[in-house]
Amino acid sequence: MTESLEEFLIARRDTGRLLLVPYVTAGVTPGWTDIVHAYADAGADAVELGFPFSDPMLDGVTIQEASDRAIAAGTTVKGILEEVATLDVDVPLIAMTYSNLVVQQSTAEFCAALTASGLRGLIVPDSPLEEVGELADAAAAEGLDLVLLAAPSSSRARLREITERSRGFVYALTRMGTTGERGEIPEQAVRLGRELKGLTDRPVLFGFGVSNPAQAAELAGHADGVVVASALMRKLLDGARPRELGDYVASIRRALDHGAR
Amino acid sequence: MGEMSWSRRQGVTVPAATRAMNDPGATGRFGTYGGRHVPESLIPACHEIEAAFREAWSDPEFRSRLDTLLAVYAGRPTPLTPAWRLSHELGITLFLKREDLAHTGSHKINNVIGQALLAHRMGKERLLAETGAGQHGVATATAAALLGLKATVFMGERDIERQELNVLRMNVLGAEVVPVTTGSRTLKDACNEAMRHWVSSVDNSYYCIGSVMGPHPYPWMVREFQRVIGEEARAQCAAELPVGVPDYVVACVGGGSNAAGTFAGFVDTTARLIGVEAEGGAAATFGRVGVLHGFRSLVLQDEDGQVTEAHSVAAGLDYPGIGPEHAHLRDGGRARYETVNDEEVVQALLCLARTEGILAALESSHAVAWVIRAAKSGEIAPGSTVMLTLSGRGDKDIASIKELL
Repeated sequence: MTESLEEFLIARRDTGRLLLVPYVTAGVTPGWTDIVHAYADAGADAVELGFPFSDPMLDGVTIQEASDRAIAAGTTVKGILEEVATLDVDVPLIAMTYSNLVVQQSTAEFCAALTASGLRGLIVPDSPLEEVGELADAAAAEGLDLVLLAAPSSSRARLREITERSRGFVYALTRMGTTGERGEIPEQAVRLGRELKGLTDRPVLFGFGVSNPAQAAELAGHADGVVVASALMRKLLDGARPRELGDYVASIRRALDHGAR
Repeated sequence: MGEMSWSRRQGVTVPAATRAMNDPGATGRFGTYGGRHVPESLIPACHEIEAAFREAWSDPEFRSRLDTLLAVYAGRPTPLTPAWRLSHELGITLFLKREDLAHTGSHKINNVIGQALLAHRMGKERLLAETGAGQHGVATATAAALLGLKATVFMGERDIERQELNVLRMNVLGAEVVPVTTGSRTLKDACNEAMRHWVSSVDNSYYCIGSVMGPHPYPWMVREFQRVIGEEARAQCAAELPVGVPDYVVACVGGGSNAAGTFAGFVDTTARLIGVEAEGGAAATFGRVGVLHGFRSLVLQDEDGQVTEAHSVAAGLDYPGIGPEHAHLRDGGRARYETVNDEEVVQALLCLARTEGILAALESSHAVAWVIRAAKSGEIAPGSTVMLTLSGRGDKDIASIKELL
């Protein structure tokens, strides 16, 4: 697999498929890499790996709990990367973490370490356009796709810049708030999806608040796909095994395929 | 102005940081520190607050309303009190800038009245705040009551236990206190939770940050609202001291708001600026570069970048970061940061209480502890003049002190 995250996702989308990116917090359980395999086998188009941080400003209670558990188990960036390097999955892996972990050495070293372990994308939610320059350069130099976030509150001018500078896909926030399962799909998400799709040919994926297969399918229909995180981590924290998490991802996959264009 | 001519007369080179502590511009950077490291969802709110603050700060009517409230409501100017007996004991001339005498018992009111006026001007209905020792929470609850706003204060569960009195004060003032049960259950976690809540309520809520931290414009704006401490002290020193400026200007540092306000009044003088941190929460001394709560600065963290818990006897100093401008002042050598331990702090609190009849907050007692140590060791030369900002009163700490005695 030599193509970039973006090339991979575009190729899949262009077959008419809605994209599905499930999430797991790296280190949350001793066998967390089995979860990555289960996701891939269940029809994920990429897998997002959370590198746990002590102060996850944009995460709700579920991801916080998963992060705390992973940190308490001694999870480190170095350890995660060693395990990632041994993974054999046929879809791209994307790292999600906060700026503080990125700036520990130089951003160039961080990006180089990610690509050396086989990761193809990076999401840093607390690095907005104003602050992303050095990291974007470092990621580009490594061939690592840096995914930027777009919010319902972003101005049109900002959305244009975000769609131009984001790589891999554009991460559209369904709502103002933290990660976590929510009930209905907000009207602002539908608007944001429409606006982003009008601005870019890059894949647009919704994240935050996706809580069940039907909702995932409906939301994905307003863009190119969805990221599902808290709903999966909640099940894991409640004791679900990798296979059960895989089954759940498969059920979302079926819902997406059923609603595909 | 008198100081400039004095400096020239004495042939003293004013430090290179003369232009320090001004407007950091649109990026909000102090050297390589500061900035706006928040999720995209909060960027518009940061822009809105920056624009509103710039406009208000250059509006004479806003300034006049703020000055009036600080005078008739908060009790400014606060006095500069000579510490007669302690000065004699230490062989120096020590003045105390009495922020403990401001309404609500600490310097926090200066910033909060400013931000509450701004929130009101912006049409916001609710103030959100984080608090450690509870002083900023009490000040926020107070300003909210004064201006008819609602207040929600996030406070770590551990701090709620050790600052019961301030929790009751906030309740009496009509504020909602939300216990934070995540992480170390102290100030840093209260900041995280306030930020999370802010993201989801940004339309009608204003996040009233209590120190010189957070995303731009907060570190700059809070320093500007606290600048009144330094400007008053500067003028008071000019009236009291033959040379107009003290040899040392000392303040305690958690996030660093009272120190920033104090230093702002003296940064262009020859005074040595000393920030005093708690040994267990000394980001300027033991921290490494990191990004926390929306800004880049020095942060206490482990080798993998996990932020560590700060521990000290003073809840208000249990913060693992330091305001970005302090990090910049440190790097440039314009300010120096020292640490004192809990034992020295408790002894300093007792010493000041018994020599001057002033019960200072445990936070403020850090500054006192350093002055006592440095004067005794000769680091502060005999005969030197020292201006110390006493940031708050110690009534809230009585229960903790009882346990420590």
